[in-house]
Amino acid sequence: MTTLPEHLSSSSAVSTEAASAAAVGGGNRPSPTYAIVGNPNCGKSTLFNALTGLRQKIGNYPGVTVEKKVGTAWSQHGQPITLIDLPGSYSLAARSPDEAVTRDVLFGRRAETAAPDRILCIVDATNLERNLYLVHQVLDLGRPVILVLNMMDVARASGLAIDASHLEHELGIPVIPCEAVNGKGIVELRMAMSRASLPLPRHAWDVPAEIAPAVAELQAALMEGEGKPALLARAEALLLLTAAGSAAAAREASDVATFAPESRAATVLSHWQSHWRKEGVDWAASLVAARYDAISALCERVVAQRKPVSAADSASAAAHASRSDRIDAVVTHPLWGWLVLGGLMTLIFFSIFTFAEYPMDWIDGSVASFADWVKEALPEGDLRDLITDGAIAGVGGVVVFLPQILILFFFIGLLESTGYMAREAFIMDRLMSRVGLNGKSFIPMLSSYACAIPGIMAARTIENHKDRLVTILVAPLMSCSARLPVYLLMIAALLPGDTVPVASKVGLMLLMYALGTGGAFGFAWLFKKTLLKGEPPLMIMELPPYRMPALRAVARQMLDRAGLFLKRAGTIILSISIVLWFLATYPRAPEGADESGQLAQSFAGQAGHLIEPAIEPLGFDWQVGIGLITSFAAREVFVSTMGVVFNVDDPEEDTTPLREALAAATWPDGRPLFTPLVCLNLMIFYVFAMQCVATVAVVRRETNSWRWPLFQIGYMTGTAWLACFVVYQVGTALGF
Amino acid sequence: MSELIRLSTLAAGTRAVVREFPISGPSVVRLREMGLLVGTPLTLVRTAPLGDPIEIKVRGYFLTLRKSEAEHILVEQAAPAAN
Repeated sequence: MTTLPEHLSSSSAVSTEAASAAAVGGGNRPSPTYAIVGNPNCGKSTLFNALTGLRQKIGNYPGVTVEKKVGTAWSQHGQPITLIDLPGSYSLAARSPDEAVTRDVLFGRRAETAAPDRILCIVDATNLERNLYLVHQVLDLGRPVILVLNMMDVARASGLAIDASHLEHELGIPVIPCEAVNGKGIVELRMAMSRASLPLPRHAWDVPAEIAPAVAELQAALMEGEGKPALLARAEALLLLTAAGSAAAAREASDVATFAPESRAATVLSHWQSHWRKEGVDWAASLVAARYDAISALCERVVAQRKPVSAADSASAAAHASRSDRIDAVVTHPLWGWLVLGGLMTLIFFSIFTFAEYPMDWIDGSVASFADWVKEALPEGDLRDLITDGAIAGVGGVVVFLPQILILFFFIGLLESTGYMAREAFIMDRLMSRVGLNGKSFIPMLSSYACAIPGIMAARTIENHKDRLVTILVAPLMSCSARLPVYLLMIAALLPGDTVPVASKVGLMLLMYALGTGGAFGFAWLFKKTLLKGEPPLMIMELPPYRMPALRAVARQMLDRAGLFLKRAGTIILSISIVLWFLATYPRAPEGADESGQLAQSFAGQAGHLIEPAIEPLGFDWQVGIGLITSFAAREVFVSTMGVVFNVDDPEEDTTPLREALAAATWPDGRPLFTPLVCLNLMIFYVFAMQCVATVAVVRRETNSWRWPLFQIGYMTGTAWLACFVVYQVGTALGF
Repeated sequence: MSELIRLSTLAAGTRAVVREFPISGPSVVRLREMGLLVGTPLTLVRTAPLGDPIEIKVRGYFLTLRKSEAEHILVEQAAPAAN
């Protein structure tokens, strides 16, 4: 049985063209809005960049952490055309937050993003069948569509001849062959986009006979019950039946099509589902198969293989192994694969710690001289100190990590755009699955050794919401570079001088890294078992062909992400810095008190006394407590606070005087404060405790709520306390 | 017609045709949407260094899936190539 809505039949194409012209060209709307839709890795972003140039705005879809990219292109006639680059999707039956955004924008369900007037579908010409699946679903919407066949050069090289004009004739929409990477076809595309009116697709396909009545009934229910237009209702009905393919997915159905659970549509759906279950009909399977049947038939008519190699005869595939195949043979090799991965990661970390040093020194210097300049320009007083010691010092302390963050973003972008990221996930998946995650969590966690912020932002590539959340929650446990100053100071205090071999210092340092890493994997396992117990692990992923990285796009993405971080985290960092400054400055000490005396009787000092009962079982006194409080903004602040507490100038320049001051520090009863056990405990505390405002701000942004960052602070700092408690109590009992 | 085996047990380099999906579920729907349908030919390209997941070539592109997913796909091994 064929269900072909009348407005879709070819005979009415002329009248619909007029209708579409009125919809987009008429009235007070001079130019239409286009959405760009396509599979991941089909060259969508390249095309978007080619069309819009630098006229782009990157933001976020409210309520979800999916990047929203909107740009402006110019029509042939010089009119602006708004373009929305929708997240790459394989299907409108969404499986990830990214895909859900694409679906919702196309169905006009997102309040802040109006449904696009026209749709630009981009497909990878070398892989037409699978790419056309999404196009097929989009055509169901009955909106004007332009189809872009990208990577025509690669297709040609691999022996595929695609008859674009024949395809245009078959679908009834403009079809533009294109090579977005070198700009070919962009002019033709711009011309097509500038047309005052576009024909509606001639889109007919056979819904399987046993499903068709249900589609019609659901469509009617959605039209009557929810007041949806006919075509939208039908497209939604089809999607609903695809997505609600099983009992497990049924609860997500109301997410797929927006209707109330007790509405008629819901009744119709569950009625048909139970009917089919009795009959043994796998409705989702036959719908997908019917689409692919239609697509295969279409491809047979428009694609000619110049070298007649039938699909079954690909035995000689090894002989024609493409470049990607050959790279993969090395990169996923049981031996070479690990060497390549290890080498790449070493290179990245080497770059971070060597190249970042110069700009970091420069930023440090600039921040200091800026603060000095402000000190001279403003009259002495609290306002001046607020600006220099509070705002500038606080923000500077976080900005100093920006070079590291940028370098990491750059490498992550490079790994993504070349296609290596997918291979890395492929070879790491087995290991990550031991703790219930998948291979995609590896890079975010590894990046966190330098800084948790790019790591947490890189977790966006993880489609599964729960896996992503678990990755974000445990990433800050990986020892980041801000912990290094604390570790170094404590190791110096613990193993002073040259009497101890370097190996034991290195060993202690490695122990801290191992502790953090073990903690991260342990908690990931725990969270996946309990709190975020999820669906069975899923790892269905395309391995895209290797590409030369588009350096400009990578650089741009790096700057966008860094800008986003500064903008969102900046305000939180600024306000916390000011609060911490206030706590350390007021109430004022009597005239003549030095810095140390001022800090001792400030709110921060009082807070140190206040928390002393809680940290005494860990071996810390109130002075250490001040350091714990002030370093909540950033871990490395602990070192400078200890410098102030124990009256040592410039502890960051040289740790020797501070080390000596620490060695001399005592409890009121004269016992030494910084015993080896306490030094070790402080390191352990910083391994686990969530002492980083910037990370909190980023987690807040990425998870879109305060719930998860607060939970994270709680569980991490709680673990830190518990671990230190056990170590100190057991250690003292053993006589250390 | 040779007997059906699980995709997860296919050896690297072998070609096969999908014959059956014994269970349904969200992951199976997505695999179908990615073009893995009854009657679709595929080649098992390789297994990851640690033995899981697997990589297959289907409809001209490369797809990875875990063995736990692949064991729910029954395939018929194609006749060995004549070379």
